[in-house]
This record gives sequence, C-alpha cells and structure tokens, in this order.
Amino acid sequence: MHNFDFEKPSTVADAVAALASEDAQALAGGQTLIPTLKQRLAAPSKLVSLTGIADLQGISHSDGVLTIGAATTHVEVAAGGYGSLSVLAGNIGDPAVRNRGTIGGSLANNDPSADYPAAVLATGATINTNARSIKADDFFDGIFTTALEEGEIITSVAFPIPEASCYEKFEQPASRFALVGVCVAKMAGGVRVAVTGASEEGVHRWREAETALNANFSADAIADLSVSADGLISDLHGTPKYRANLVKVLTARAVANC
Amino acid sequence: MPKDNGIGASPKRREDVRFLTGRGQYTDDIKLKNQCQAMFVRSQVANGVIKSIDTSVAAGMPGVLAIFTGEDFTEVGGNPAGWLINSRDGEPMKEPKRPVLAHGKVRHVGDAYAAVIAETHEQALDAAEAIDADIDELPAVIDMADALANTDNLVHDEIETNQCFDWGWIEDNRAATDEAIKNAPHVTTLELVNNRLVPNAMETRASTGDYNPGTGDYTLYTTSQNPHLTRLLISAFVMGIPENKLTIIAPDVGGGFGSKIYHYGEEALVLAASKKLGRPVAWTATRSEAFLTDAHGRDHKTTIELATDKEGNFLAIRTSTLANVGAYLSNFSTVTPTFLHGTVISGNYTVPHIYVNLKAVFTNTAPVDAYRGAGRPEATYSVERVIDKCARELGMSPLEIRRKNFIKKEQFPFATAAGLEYDSGDYHALVDKLEEIADFKGFAARKAESASRGLLRGLGVNTYVEACGLAPSNLAGVLGARVGLFEAATVRVNATGNISVMTGSHSHGQGHETVFPQLVADMLGMSADDIDIVHGDTSKIPFGMGTYGSRSMSVGGSAIVKATEKIIDKASKIAAHMMEAGEGDIEFNDGVFSVTGTDKSVSFPEVAFKAYVPHDYPHDKLEPGLEETAFYDPANFTYPSGAYACEVEVDPETGKVTVCSMAAADDVGNVINPMIVEGQIQGGLGQGIGQALVENCVYNDDGQLLTGSYMDYTMPRADDLPFFTTDQTTLTPCTHNPLGAKGCGEAGAIGSPPTVINAVVDALSDLGVTHIDMPASPARVWAAIQAAS
Repeated sequence: MHNFDFEKPSTVADAVAALASEDAQALAGGQTLIPTLKQRLAAPSKLVSLTGIADLQGISHSDGVLTIGAATTHVEVAAGGYGSLSVLAGNIGDPAVRNRGTIGGSLANNDPSADYPAAVLATGATINTNARSIKADDFFDGIFTTALEEGEIITSVAFPIPEASCYEKFEQPASRFALVGVCVAKMAGGVRVAVTGASEEGVHRWREAETALNANFSADAIADLSVSADGLISDLHGTPKYRANLVKVLTARAVANC
Repeated sequence: MPKDNGIGASPKRREDVRFLTGRGQYTDDIKLKNQCQAMFVRSQVANGVIKSIDTSVAAGMPGVLAIFTGEDFTEVGGNPAGWLINSRDGEPMKEPKRPVLAHGKVRHVGDAYAAVIAETHEQALDAAEAIDADIDELPAVIDMADALANTDNLVHDEIETNQCFDWGWIEDNRAATDEAIKNAPHVTTLELVNNRLVPNAMETRASTGDYNPGTGDYTLYTTSQNPHLTRLLISAFVMGIPENKLTIIAPDVGGGFGSKIYHYGEEALVLAASKKLGRPVAWTATRSEAFLTDAHGRDHKTTIELATDKEGNFLAIRTSTLANVGAYLSNFSTVTPTFLHGTVISGNYTVPHIYVNLKAVFTNTAPVDAYRGAGRPEATYSVERVIDKCARELGMSPLEIRRKNFIKKEQFPFATAAGLEYDSGDYHALVDKLEEIADFKGFAARKAESASRGLLRGLGVNTYVEACGLAPSNLAGVLGARVGLFEAATVRVNATGNISVMTGSHSHGQGHETVFPQLVADMLGMSADDIDIVHGDTSKIPFGMGTYGSRSMSVGGSAIVKATEKIIDKASKIAAHMMEAGEGDIEFNDGVFSVTGTDKSVSFPEVAFKAYVPHDYPHDKLEPGLEETAFYDPANFTYPSGAYACEVEVDPETGKVTVCSMAAADDVGNVINPMIVEGQIQGGLGQGIGQALVENCVYNDDGQLLTGSYMDYTMPRADDLPFFTTDQTTLTPCTHNPLGAKGCGEAGAIGSPPTVINAVVDALSDLGVTHIDMPASPARVWAAIQAAS
C-alpha cells in the first residue's frame, strides 16, 4: 500500500469538499478499494471515508418506497426483512464483507458481477446523490462505469417496492460473486428483468423476457426465448454459451420463485 | 480397554490449546532484534532472457541495505532433485541447475531474479519496484505435448529438449504387456487429466536467516516439514555451510500438504543476506507469491488401457503419461510421478501384466512436486476410472468387477506386476464394510426422489491401495534416492520421571504432540500428560527425515517405540540392581518393575530417579542417566487401502454437482488415536472432493497464472462437503513395523477423487456421458451434457 492522506468528514458537504483535491478517492466499505490499494494497483493521494456521515446511514420506508442510505452495510439490509432484497444482501460475499461493504459502494463500483446492480435495475430504483437523482436505467454505464461525475457522492437509493420479486444467483465457485444473477421484479408499471454477471457491458435488462412475462407471468412464458451468447463474458468459470443458458434458467427460476 | 490417553484412546489435541487461543509461534511471529526485511523481485513473464538488471536507483532509496541478483550466487550450488531417474534408454534424467536467484533467464512467472533487503517491509517494497530489469520475452512453453514436439523453444537452453526423462516401469514387462493387450478379448481405453493443484497451506512460506558473526553460526527459522532435510540440502548442495554451523528451526507451521518439504531459494537468500549484513533478515510470502512459487501438485495427462477377458478378469494395464515438472526440478519432483505413481498402478487387483510409461516435461510454470498423496492419487484415479468404464462396457456392476479381481486375503504378501510386495490387506472385507455403511440398497429410491426434483443422482464407488510410510532406504537407494528415509527419535527420561521425546517427525497440523506421547505412555505405563514432544529444531533432535508420505506414525512412531524399548531395557537393568535380582527375573508391567515370583517391585519414577542419583550404582555395569536414541528404517512401504462410495446430484440445467454423501471404509492398520485418524481421513476426503469438483490451477498460453488468487482458484469450503460416514475397523495390521500402523494422512485424498467422478459419470451415464475431467465444474458438466445430447 502506498501512503495517502485520510479524512473522515461528518457531512456530505465536507466530503464533497475533501474530494475536490487532486487524486482524492472516496472510501465506503472498502471491499474492493482496500485490496486494490494493498496490491499497489491504485495510489490515491487522499482517502475520504464516507462512513462517518450520519445522513448516509439508515433505512426508511414510506409511500411504497424503501430508501436505503448509501453507507448502509449489507448486514443491515440483510437483517431488515425486505424480501428478496434482504436475501440478496445476505448472500453477498462472506460475513466480513457484509459487515463492511455498503450499498452505495457497490453501486458506485459497478462490478459486472455484483449483486446489487441487478436489484436496482430490476426495480427501477432511483440513485440519489449530493447533486441530483439518477434513474437506474441511466445510472449503469458499462462495467466499472456509472453516470456519477468526478467527486459526486451517492447519498441514498430509493427502491419502489415491487408486487413480487426474486433474485436468483448462480455463484462463481471461487469468488462467489454472481457467475450470473437474475433479478425479476413485478412492478406497478410492468415486469422488469435485470441480469448481472453475464455481459461484457455489465448489468442490463432482458427486455424480451419482460415482454413475454408482461403477457404471462410464468416460467413457461420464456421457454421459447433464446439468449444470444454474443457479448457475454468468457472466463475460466463459464463460456458465453454457458452464461446465456444460465440467464434463461435463472430467469425461469426467479419467476417461479417470485 | 485403552487407558484414557494410551494407545487406542482419543485425548483431545493438546496443541490446539495454543493454536486456538492465538499462542502459536509461527516463523513470522518470531521478531529478532535488529531484524530487517527481504523482498523478492519476480518475473512477470514466463520465459525471457535477462539482458540487464539496473539496481542503481533502488540502491539509493531510503532504508535499503543490500540488493542481490543472480550474479551473486553463481559460485554457490543448485537446489537438487532428491531422486535420480534414468530413462528407458539408460540415460540419466536431465538436471538443469536450479539457482537461488534466476540468472541469465527467467523461466516462470514468479521466478525471482533479484532481492532487496531494507529496514522495513514498505521500504523493501518501494525499492523492489524501482529495480529496472531489461528482460527479452520469449514464447512460453506451457502445453506438455507442444513442449516435447517443439525443440526450438526451450525452458533450459543447456538441454536439447524439454524432456526431463522418459521412464518405463517395468521396462522388461513392456513386450509381454503389449502382447497381452493385443490379444485381449476386450480393451477399455481412457484419456484423462489429473488437474494441477495449488497447495494452499493456511500459513504461507516464511524464512528468517540469522547469522552470528561472533560464532560463525547460522540459524534459519523456516516453514519446513523437515528441518534436517532442509539443513542437508543447504549444507551439502546449495551453500556449503557445514551442518554443525547451521541450525534449522521450523516452529509452528500452518500446514504443508507437501509444499513445505522442499528447500526454496528464499531460504538460501535470507541466510546469505544475513551473513552479508550481520543482521537477521526476514521474509514472509504474500498469498500471491504462494500461488506463484509454492511447488504445485499433480498435472498429469494419461492414456490408460485395461485389457480383460469377456468375464471381466483383468489381463493387463498399460499407461502412457505426460507429467509436468514445471520450470525447475523441485526436490521430490522426479520420484513423485515415477516410483510413487507407477508402482501402485496394480491397485487392489491381480493384474498379470503392467507397463507404465511416463515422460516428465519441463514447462515455463512453477515447479510441480509431491502434494498430499503424491503420485498415488494420480495412479488411483487412472485405474479406478478405467475400471468403472470397463464395467459399463462389459455390463458388470462396479463392485462386481472389482471383487472379481481383488487380491484375496490369503494371497498376502502379494507381489504385484508393478514391483511392490503388499504385506497385508483384506479388500473384500473393505467392500463388505462399505456396503454396510453406504446403504447401496436405498440408492434406487433416492435416485427416484432426486429425479422428482429434476436432478440426476449418481453413485460412485472405488477402492484404493497406496504405498506410504516412506521408505525402506535400501529399496529407495536402488530406485535412485539420494538420501535415506529412516526416522530418528530420542526418549529422554528426566530425573523426576517425566519425559521429553525428540522426534524427527515434524508436526504441522497432524497432532504429533498428542499422539506420540500416547505411544510412550502406553509402553511405560504412565500418563501421557507427563510426556512432551520436541520437534522442528535441528539443534534439539538427533536427526530426522521429516513428515510426508504418511510416514510419521509408521516410521517416526516406530523409531519412538524402538527408543522406548531401549529405555525399558536399561531401566530393567537398574531395577534389577535396585532389587538385587537377576536381570532375567525382572518383569515390567503398567509402569512397575517386579521380580518374578516375589512381591518386590519398584516404580518407573523410582528407577528414573536412581538413574540420575546414582548413589549405590554399579558403575562397572551401567552408565548413569536414562536417555536413548533409536533410528528406524522400515523394511517395506506400508499399504493402507480403502473402499469409498459417493452419491451426487447433478442439476442438468446448470451443471452444478452437489455431493450428497460420502462413505469411506479405510484400513490404515492399527490406530493409535481414533479421533486424529478420523480427522486425517476427513481432511483428505475434503481435499479429494476439492480436486474432483472445484480446484484447478490454470496457466494461459503466455504462461500467466489465471488462477493466482482466491477470486479464481476455488478451494473446497464446508458447504461443498457432505457429512462423512467413515469406518476404520476393517483393519489388517502392517506386518513389518512394531505398531502395525500403516498411515492415514494421504488416504482420503488418494481414494476420493475417482469416487466423486465415478458418481458424476454415473449420474450422467443415461445421457451417454462416459467421462468428464476434473474438476467437474458446473460449466464443464453442463457442456458435457450438451455434447452428449
């Protein structure tokens, strides 16, 4: 690890100010950033911890919307009893990761195999930042890339509560990230299907399945659909064809388990 | 009835108190006064010519004390292979020098070509990054078949090919085996891969060198399974430090699985650096360094043919194997694929003709060496997989074909066509026991139940026999060993009657500190609580060849027995003197010496006290003191065996395999501590399931390690494993050691991979799948299902 300065502000405004210095980097739970620093693969001049800001903490529920502070850890979401979202959070990483990792950190990082992006996209959640509110459909912008501007901080995520939802994750055996994960959410405005782990473009919606499921919300509805292997990830743990198969299998299972 | 802590009892492991309360002392916990830190600069490319190494910037950086490159070690020797293997044509194997630091060429990713010594770890790291090496990258030699075919691209320029040796076992059997296969009514052929594994001991390697300029003595604290062997290698081959000036201390060591048998260049470097600086020099591997540089395991590609008659009687086995030895020959790398593999190809069976051909291949990968089981898992997997395939082809059940060909109990000792003489075993009884504990009768119902959930259930069975208890030195010598393979022990009875036992068997998880006292306690009729084990320090123990090859109880334990017998012998003489009786009239039972036919007796502590307080002592007949040393060299290998069964469920939609149950009936000979044996068996089963389903070390064509961290290298975890059903009661004692013990450390890892794969293939057999390579990962199983349907 290289040397860096460290700040732990208590307000969003102070955090934004601290991040203005050159090569400063926000630090949430640190579950990706700290290992990267330890391997000397990044050398920020300053780390700005977001975990001391009260406004980024906590979970509230009103008018059919569940709002989760960006610095809320996975264990807190897992323990909240929020249906499939809690199940998803409770199966991220291991206990050490879940006790440090945060929802805001996960979304800002946008790892192509992370779990949270699937739930955010499937529910059409809103990502609130210090500057604006961003719709999920506009937020994810390819792997490890988001609509966030330099120095912009996620403050909370607002999930419209679905009529029914399910996240089916097939674990990459080593890392236990999602080799493929599919989140199906039956929203007031229709069914949304989001896929993580599969595509070289990161999390994305499977719109053909959404159309089919809007007509008939059952696993059989997607039986005749096929998933193209083009543009899907190829690595040690799965070929594009294998991932394409998993997308369909997991979608069917998610629908059946909704 | 066993005493509560003698032979046959299961006292809790006394070492666990310190391990579980954070009181262990591992190499990295030892902080010597004025200690500085070493950091290695490792190759990023698999194959390359070192044009120049510019250390000038690094040398001037804060805290930097010294920088070493390969140039600094051109005058010292190479790290040798412990066994000389001759090719079929009689030519000795190719043995390129393995230097302390790469010189001239780097030969695998992670090959160290420079080292920085600095005051702190961070300073050493900064300086290591500032070393500027000009390395001309060459194409990497990775695929074994390509390596043999392509002599333009060499791992070692000084030898003309990438072949280390071409070994035939037994060459004189070749023609008869070929003939038997040619004329056989049925031949089953199978091509298979024994996947490359990374050892992944929980504690990474670490070494601290400490040279004392005042005495000229060197001390090396290091993560070793065999400190004396490390001393021998450093003294006699690499650095020439006299053995009497070099102490090796292997304190608590967090697992080895074979990878810490070997001497590594880092150990020589910290000693040389300490000599140069006059300060202790420490190094601890990162997990990334462990992945890149610990000797890997397995990595065989094999074609095996099994010839039978129409009734399934075995007529001949022929194998042809490519074995990867990596970029350099590690210490046991030449014996592992040869004598620890080819000699057990007969398995548990009567096979009239056997011929094994094995070519060892250099590649631009980390060295490959013995890893839990070492050669025997590779042999067992090949044989038990081809038998399963043969049974299907002949329409026989997997148990039927095995029973038909087992060596029968009354045939022991049995000389196999692969050159070993098995001393004892009862394979029919093991399979009978397996049937009892595995509930084969209920399988059909369980399969139907799985099918109702859309899952394919399979049942796999197999047996194994292995050769361990390494090793009879005379036989090892004939086979090319450059060392003996005895073990040594000293039993020191202190004046107050308690005992210290110095053993050459190093404990790094096995539980020696608990189980060895049980032996001595049982023999001397005392409490094991009054007996302690000393190991891991060459200055404290007489000698030792260390812990590997399931040898600690059968060889190390036998040395302790022999030394304890000498203690009893001398104590009897003292007792005879004390009771004014003839030596021949002394009986020793339960810690009490008595005179036959009288009520006279003295206790063992009284005799011990007399030995050290020799007032009234027959100095013309007896020396004071009560301490004895024994060396034990086994007469043969030992031959543990077992019968395993496994049930799996395969999800045909995802290819995911779940192990539902695993039953293991093992014959490990006499058992000293059943709890520890059970732990060893379970650990081995877990490791074997890991190899079968999840573990895989993969290099890409450029020689980059794709599985260089736990993000991509899958270790088996608790939720990958079922609860095990085990049994060790079907035992046939070893006939040639005093304990009748055979060994249990590797058994589970040897026997279980084919069980799992046999079960997976059974589950998929209705779809037409006849083989699947390890690891049977979800993607691979799904692809096999797609290919079959």
